Amino acid sequence: MSIFVNKDTRVLVQGITGREGQFHTRQCIAYGTKVVAGVTPGKGGQKMDEVPVFNTVEEAVKETGANCSMIFVPPAFAADAILEAVDASVEVVVAITEGIPAQDMLKVKNYLRGKRTRLIGPNCPGIITPGECKVGIMPGHIHKAGGPIGVVSRSGTLTYEVVYQLTQKGLGQTTCLGIGGDPIIGTNFIDALSAFEADPDTRGVVMVGEIGGDAEEKAAEFVKENMSKPVIGFIAGLTAPPGRRMGHAGAIISGKSGTAEGKIKAMKEAGIYVCEDLGSLGEFALEVFKV
Amino acid sequence: MKIHEYQAKDLFKDFNIPVPRGKVAFSPEEALSIAEELGGYPVVIKAQVHAGGRGKAGGVKLAHSAEEVKDLASSILGMRLVTHQTGPEGKLVRKVLVEEALDIEKEYYVSVILDRSTEKIVLMMSEAGGMDIEEVAEKTPEKIVKVAVDPLIGLWPQHLRRGCAGLGLPRERQKGFMAIMRGLYRLYVSYDCSLVEINPLVLTAQGEFIALDAKINFDDNALFRHEEIKGLRDIEEEDPLEVEASKYGLNYIKMDGNVGNIVNGAGLAMATMDLIKRAGAEPANFLDVGGGASSEMVENGFRIILSDENVRAIFINIFGGILRCDVLAKGVVAAAEKVGVKVPVVVRMEGTNAEEGRKILKQSGLDLRTAKDLKEAAKMIAEIV
Repeated sequence: MSIFVNKDTRVLVQGITGREGQFHTRQCIAYGTKVVAGVTPGKGGQKMDEVPVFNTVEEAVKETGANCSMIFVPPAFAADAILEAVDASVEVVVAITEGIPAQDMLKVKNYLRGKRTRLIGPNCPGIITPGECKVGIMPGHIHKAGGPIGVVSRSGTLTYEVVYQLTQKGLGQTTCLGIGGDPIIGTNFIDALSAFEADPDTRGVVMVGEIGGDAEEKAAEFVKENMSKPVIGFIAGLTAPPGRRMGHAGAIISGKSGTAEGKIKAMKEAGIYVCEDLGSLGEFALEVFKV
Repeated sequence: MKIHEYQAKDLFKDFNIPVPRGKVAFSPEEALSIAEELGGYPVVIKAQVHAGGRGKAGGVKLAHSAEEVKDLASSILGMRLVTHQTGPEGKLVRKVLVEEALDIEKEYYVSVILDRSTEKIVLMMSEAGGMDIEEVAEKTPEKIVKVAVDPLIGLWPQHLRRGCAGLGLPRERQKGFMAIMRGLYRLYVSYDCSLVEINPLVLTAQGEFIALDAKINFDDNALFRHEEIKGLRDIEEEDPLEVEASKYGLNYIKMDGNVGNIVNGAGLAMATMDLIKRAGAEPANFLDVGGGASSEMVENGFRIILSDENVRAIFINIFGGILRCDVLAKGVVAAAEKVGVKVPVVVRMEGTNAEEGRKILKQSGLDLRTAKDLKEAAKMIAEIV
């Protein structure tokens, strides 16, 4: 089992004819993902390799039964692309794009309430259910199929690091997802954690957070109240100076809020196993999950 | 992106938010002629730097005569203003705002922010004006009135009525206050701001609301659709190395430590800084070369880090995903040869083609120490520093 995507997921790619879109579509197909359609306005009727391209998401969904969209549209047009997928009732939308204006995302996020669509990202590496389906830009080969660990993270390469260490120790993954480094994102830690809690094959979760906002604090509260499965936490940014945006638009300590210390404290108080040394996360996980 | 108070006040005028009469001056003579133009003393002289807490640090003074204007302006211009936001090295003052002094009855705080937690635009209002709002929020949170606005609905009169009620504003003051909040909200939305703040917003003895201070931050990701705002950037307020790095598309932040680092990905870059600290050293920077780093980017990264004199070692930490380690290793070797790296370099690479990458580094004949994992890298750094 897995969360959000699996071997039956039918993926369409918005922005499939762009450089990034083409490259990563090919990578996903090579991994085994069912990419059934692409969307690029004005290029309907063409093909990207074997994948049919449509002018609109609505058309693509109607013709191919796609239920998941991966978005590579440039930041100025990405919010529009997400809205189009939402209006076409696509079940899972994975927005890879980095640099979408915050106020665009604020509108998108409020529009999503009550809608059928789950948005993952933006500014994220995507989601992968190892061995079944990769919807994103992560290197597939570092993952190990079959579980039992779920991984959820605000970061990209840091997630790869964590997954790699798990794989090295023989700990496979059910699903790994990056929820994005922006201040306003679709799926949050709590959404992912509750899905992992409900997934019978997931026996433990690693959550990777960073400075900025209060998502980790809220997640810690959720873990304390609602989770029976062990959760490992890692937070990046203990040495980050306040008031500076550390690469990710959402990674900023404002005043006294959003610090790594505060997050680590909240996680520890909630019974989350906090790993403070990234170098030994794999061993730490082996110890905690005792599999 | 941040702008100066005088620039923010110019924008305020476009949105019918009253500000004191005044102008920016680059020299004491200019300050004097502006003061004379204002036609009456006292006048206020305010240092223009991108940092809060200017008043407490001695960057805001009241001048009662022409001589005082010249004296105070010459002492403020050229001074290094050290506030709680500048760090110990302070910020050089290159310009001052010369303004009429107001007859102040009461001070308020107002701002418009994006609240990440509720995912709404929030109007923040308080009668505790002129104070550090973080402190107010911590000690007397009941003094802050918050009204959340759904961005899909926008601002309606009820939002403003609730603000007035929360502040306990008398009826005759409400119209003026609402006009200011309406202007602030419109400004916030029109220019993709991440923060618009007036602290203090003063009520004058004449019963008028005037923005005594002005702070606007813009969302960098939205600057592409606001050409006119881009022109307000003041590069002199930024760290020269950071400006240089941004030219090459590098995400660099200078810090005070001695171990430079080059990393792909922001999260991993932060975690790498933390790792350096755990190893007993201090990170000299944050540098994210991004997911698709090229050898030119690595080269420029090297150059920028090495121009920081405190750097005694460099740690390159790359997790090759899409970016292949062998390609990156070639880039590192080429860059190291070109730039002439004179400090020890520890390289740790993992992921796609990591083995080939390490081989290339080893065969280069350069003083590049390859670590097989993060643990070993940390140990190497600890030994060097």
